[in-house]
Amino acid sequence: MSVSEHTFAPGAELAPGEQITLIKPLRGWVSLGLDEVWRYRELLFFFIWRDIKVRYKQTLLGAAWAILQPVFTMIVFSIFFGRLAKIPSDGIPYPIFSYAGLLPWTFFATGLTNGANSIVRDANLVKRVYFPRLITPISAVVGGLPDFFLAFLVLIGMMVYYGLFPTAASLLLLPLCLLLALSTSMGVGLWLAALNAEYRDVRYVVPFLTQFWMYATPVVYPSSLLDEPWRTLYGLNPLVSVVEGFRWSLLGQGETVPLMFVLSAVASLALLVSGAFFFRRMERRFADVV
Amino acid sequence: MALPPLKPNTAIQVVGLGKKYRIGGIIDRNKTLRDSLGSITRSKLRALRAWQRGEARARRADNTFWALRDVSFEVERGEVLGVIGRNGAGKSTLLKVLTRIMPPDEGHARIRGRVGSLLEVGTGFHGELTGRENIYLNGAILGMHRFEIDRKFDEIVEFAGIARFIDTPVKRYSSGMYLRLAFSVAAHLEPEILLVDEVLAVGDAEFQKKCLGKMGDVAGEGRTVLFVSHNMDAVRQLCQSALWLERGNIQALGPVGDVIKAYLAETALDRSAAIFPVMDPHHGIGIEDLRLTLAAAPDTGALDLRVELDVRAEAALPRIGIGFGLMTDTGARVAYLDERLTDFVFDMQLGTNRFLLECSALDRLLAAGDYVVSVWLAMPDTGKLVEIDRAASIRIPGADLYGSGHYVDVHKHGPLLFPLQIRRAEPARPAE
Repeated sequence: MSVSEHTFAPGAELAPGEQITLIKPLRGWVSLGLDEVWRYRELLFFFIWRDIKVRYKQTLLGAAWAILQPVFTMIVFSIFFGRLAKIPSDGIPYPIFSYAGLLPWTFFATGLTNGANSIVRDANLVKRVYFPRLITPISAVVGGLPDFFLAFLVLIGMMVYYGLFPTAASLLLLPLCLLLALSTSMGVGLWLAALNAEYRDVRYVVPFLTQFWMYATPVVYPSSLLDEPWRTLYGLNPLVSVVEGFRWSLLGQGETVPLMFVLSAVASLALLVSGAFFFRRMERRFADVV
Repeated sequence: MALPPLKPNTAIQVVGLGKKYRIGGIIDRNKTLRDSLGSITRSKLRALRAWQRGEARARRADNTFWALRDVSFEVERGEVLGVIGRNGAGKSTLLKVLTRIMPPDEGHARIRGRVGSLLEVGTGFHGELTGRENIYLNGAILGMHRFEIDRKFDEIVEFAGIARFIDTPVKRYSSGMYLRLAFSVAAHLEPEILLVDEVLAVGDAEFQKKCLGKMGDVAGEGRTVLFVSHNMDAVRQLCQSALWLERGNIQALGPVGDVIKAYLAETALDRSAAIFPVMDPHHGIGIEDLRLTLAAAPDTGALDLRVELDVRAEAALPRIGIGFGLMTDTGARVAYLDERLTDFVFDMQLGTNRFLLECSALDRLLAAGDYVVSVWLAMPDTGKLVEIDRAASIRIPGADLYGSGHYVDVHKHGPLLFPLQIRRAEPARPAE
């Protein structure tokens, strides 16, 4: 949106601590304005808090949904893909193999969906109050973390049951994988949120996109099904590294391909940066079109 | 562009501000990609055809509309500026640009200090959350810090008068409670500059009074307020100066009394949408056109009503009466002047017959309010032939007939400026 001058405005006499806001036309690409997002961090927190609070109000089972969804999906996958289709799982019991994949996947897909709908959902706010618009999709994506941690508890239980434990060193990869999932989810979410404000087609695209993307990600099958160099190139889909990294760091099974992770990190960062700039470019029209 | 200097005393500086809308962008709220692709192809085709015809460029400006253009003004610190104008004049767009909800397309504005806005109270309220939770959420949305909300929490609850329901989800609130809470949060924001849009139009009379009082307090504390309203009394009461917008441009800017007076005189007349000519096919006669003006007389300043009436006759017709009626906007009859009463009867000649209906100093006769004018043609024996039912609605500004500081209002006191006087019939007796 507009640019703030907080240090010096030409021709203005500033009292100490006073701020001058300059409002002027915006054209083309603009900076991300992350300093302003930082100044509005309390609002970001309140948005996340609101989303979590509202999500489970008036639901019978409340936060249990965060666990039930991936658990039931895991059961269905184990029966159809594990038992009937006999899809290999790198020597790991299929239920925990698929659950360890579903966990980061669900976080990613929910974040992407919520991010894509964020601006349209908060249209009333966008049309009436100013705040850095980036806050809306950021809060929508980050708001999926509590659900993720809840569902993670189930995974810990399964690890104990199956007697699969990580090494301390491999655990270090876990936060990186989560960060990778977060940044990819945010990147795609930003692209879609900006497009959704202008073109409501996005609403119909998102369910397809997440479905296709899941089958393009080794959630129900291991990436070891692919031969090199295809397996490494597969890392262009950042979720491949997220899911494989999760399994490797938690279950201590399978092998890692470092180059695949590098490719994924680059792809994810490219999505995030381009998404953020695209969003900033589109956001000046949000109040008109949303 | 070099920016003019910002004086230390200036709170808001607006220079050549303009905001345009693409007309399609306003109408198609839910456009899809297909529409967009379609319009791209169409515009490319247009450009191609134009190029074939040898035109340098296809014109592109025809589907934009300037909601605001060339608007420049300055507001001093501590000034309360009223922004008035008809619907669609650009008032809300101005506030949206100044609150940074949308960027301008031209010009710039500089604002000194924190801006708070009451563009629509209750923005961001969530029905599932309790009153307490909504106070925090809404406060954060309006730009308050958590510690500020903590500090003012009790005050907010007390002002809203909802202490008993503070932990009830607001979806169970009555609309009045909801509104009071929403306004209360917004009113306790303490920005250097407050932008207000018509919040006083909502709620019951008592609450409105409370809000007006709160706004007065804010102004009294030396903060700058921009107040958009249709309520001229409120503007007069709260503001020192006023800005009148008309079709996106500044029509007048100055002391509040002068601007409101000019605005009321100009907008006093609202013409009907009748499609002329209105003919009576049986008798071949009708009203070809009707032009009304309501203007202040140059010498006295009183409002004179003038109607130019064109009667079209397809054959010469003797003895046609012209009638004139005036009703209040709620339909109560104020005047009903038919030709039997007035004997305004004329012989019509073939073609157009032009008449002038005049009534001077209407605002010295009528109480403040909106009135509807009707004009008709009649035959003295057969009755009405054609009638323009709501030829125009006219607005009469307030007159303080008794010098009491109160206006005579058509709905409260009747349509007539009734020159009643009461005085003692005998000298007062000394108190016993």
